[in-house]
Amino acid sequence: MAKTVLEFEKPILELEQKMEEMRRYADNPDIALEIAKIEKRVGQLQLTIYAGLTRWQKVQLARHPDRPYTLDYIGMITKDFVELHGDRYYRDDKAIVGGLATIEDRKVMLIGHQKGRDTKSNVYRNFGMPNPEGYRKALRLMKLAEKFKLPVVTLLDTPGAYPGLEAEERGQAEAIARNLMEMSRLRVPIVVAIIGEGASGGALGIGVGDRILMMENSWYSVISPESCSSILWRSWDYKEQAAEALQLTAPDLKKQGIIDEIMPEPLGGAHRNPEQAARVLKDTIVQELKQLAKIKPEKLLERRIEKFSAMGVWVG
Amino acid sequence: MTWFKRSKENIASETQKKDVPDGLWTKCEQCGEIIHKMELEKNFFTCVKCNAHFRIGSKEYIAILLDTDSFKENDGRMRSGDPLKFVDTKRYRDRIPEAIKKTKLHDAVRWGTGTVNKLPLVVAAMDFSFIGGSMGSVVGEKIGRAIDRAWKSKTPLLVISASGGARMMEGALSLMQMAKTSAKLARLSEAGVGFISLLTDPTTGGVTASYAMLGDVIIAEPGALIGFAGPRVIKQTIGKDLPPGFQRAEFLLDHGFVDMVVHRKDLRQTIAQLLTYIGG
Ligand SMILES: [Zn+2]
Repeated sequence: MAKTVLEFEKPILELEQKMEEMRRYADNPDIALEIAKIEKRVGQLQLTIYAGLTRWQKVQLARHPDRPYTLDYIGMITKDFVELHGDRYYRDDKAIVGGLATIEDRKVMLIGHQKGRDTKSNVYRNFGMPNPEGYRKALRLMKLAEKFKLPVVTLLDTPGAYPGLEAEERGQAEAIARNLMEMSRLRVPIVVAIIGEGASGGALGIGVGDRILMMENSWYSVISPESCSSILWRSWDYKEQAAEALQLTAPDLKKQGIIDEIMPEPLGGAHRNPEQAARVLKDTIVQELKQLAKIKPEKLLERRIEKFSAMGVWVG
Repeated sequence: MTWFKRSKENIASETQKKDVPDGLWTKCEQCGEIIHKMELEKNFFTCVKCNAHFRIGSKEYIAILLDTDSFKENDGRMRSGDPLKFVDTKRYRDRIPEAIKKTKLHDAVRWGTGTVNKLPLVVAAMDFSFIGGSMGSVVGEKIGRAIDRAWKSKTPLLVISASGGARMMEGALSLMQMAKTSAKLARLSEAGVGFISLLTDPTTGGVTASYAMLGDVIIAEPGALIGFAGPRVIKQTIGKDLPPGFQRAEFLLDHGFVDMVVHRKDLRQTIAQLLTYIGG
């Protein structure tokens, strides 16, 4: 059972608690029968609730404090991970981690946003909000990958690039723009997976690639529902409507032609069964790497530019 | 936690004071000088007394920078397709015709070809007056086509930016325009074709974090607000007042993110001079 229960999960929790209590009297065959009945109802309720999640509820799952983060997945899907630090200009940004890793005998450069799980680690990780040096570290590692012909895998999970005074002084916009351009012409395959929050340029800053994968309960958009609400409705209270309007879920983005594949999560979200979520992530990445390895660099780059060139809807 | 206060791709402008109003006389917001329209125009829409640069649109920039009648516009009627059927307090499909009616433009950028001192150039110029110069699919596509034309014809590219950021009403598709334009610029760069980026007031959000910051040479107009996050958002995040001049063109010059700050009256000459070196 997860530590944090979201509002819409409460009916499930109530039944589960009831069941837990009854288990103490499970010797009684009548009660045992009753438990079996409730168990079935819990199963049905989970199916109904999780199958009918609104976009805002999915945003909440994407931000669930128990959700696996980049380093958790690295622990579950790679072996021999060697973390590399620093952008060589200013400092090591803790909101982006990266390094050499092996995924099923495939050597890769793995880079991802990293959130913290409690106050202390969140301060350390700056809530997963990178400064320019984070993007510059990521770029350094990607260039290293290119040099040694290693494919790049990036995991996206950020509430946004940090909107701070020093971030501006050190060129937040330039750092992101540079990555978009350099990732477009990196001569090795790039697989991008959105594992939690994909908030705007802060996410896209390590998100240009040949294949874009998205976990079922993650979100990806140009702005968070809250900020969108505050700007367009001039109030923080319209986040649900904003989430609906922005169409920011995995199926939405598939329909818009932005992502290639949706990775199914365990019922109720990745945090309910991290190993299962990790298995799907790993299998999908390996599958994509296998396909991409067959394509020559020139063709790869041509297709990558074409892929992003095709995005957009206009008239005339 | 303050993360929810963040809103980078903010299309609401931080300052909306310096637009040139209708009427014959204009008051400079910076120094209070009352200036006649004719004099303002003659002075490239800058204040005769304090040099404040008034906000102008693509039409004025094209007139100021290009040889007379050399501009040939392309895709002038391209407009947004409202891919998400977006509704906030208003329907996006209603916002678009309203903006078209108000500005006599079809979206926030125009592109075409022209010459500066007879030197050929591909030009894209943004209009802040059209939904805050926000970048959606149309802006991304038109900038993209300008880059492609420059690439195919080996003609240098000039992009004049003025934008509050990405257009929220097109969701993630707006975000992808950053990747689209940057990817095409990578190809342009590989081909050795020059790209001059001119930053005007304001250039923020997704436009800054893509093509605006990728020029081979980056020029900024004096006093222009240039940044990733808007000043209001930064102030909310750090809970402190921002230092004077923060995120202004001169601040970026000082921190090494633009090559030069050039007065509007000298822009044409500067661009022409640069083209003799990086015009191919
Ligand atoms: Zn003045």
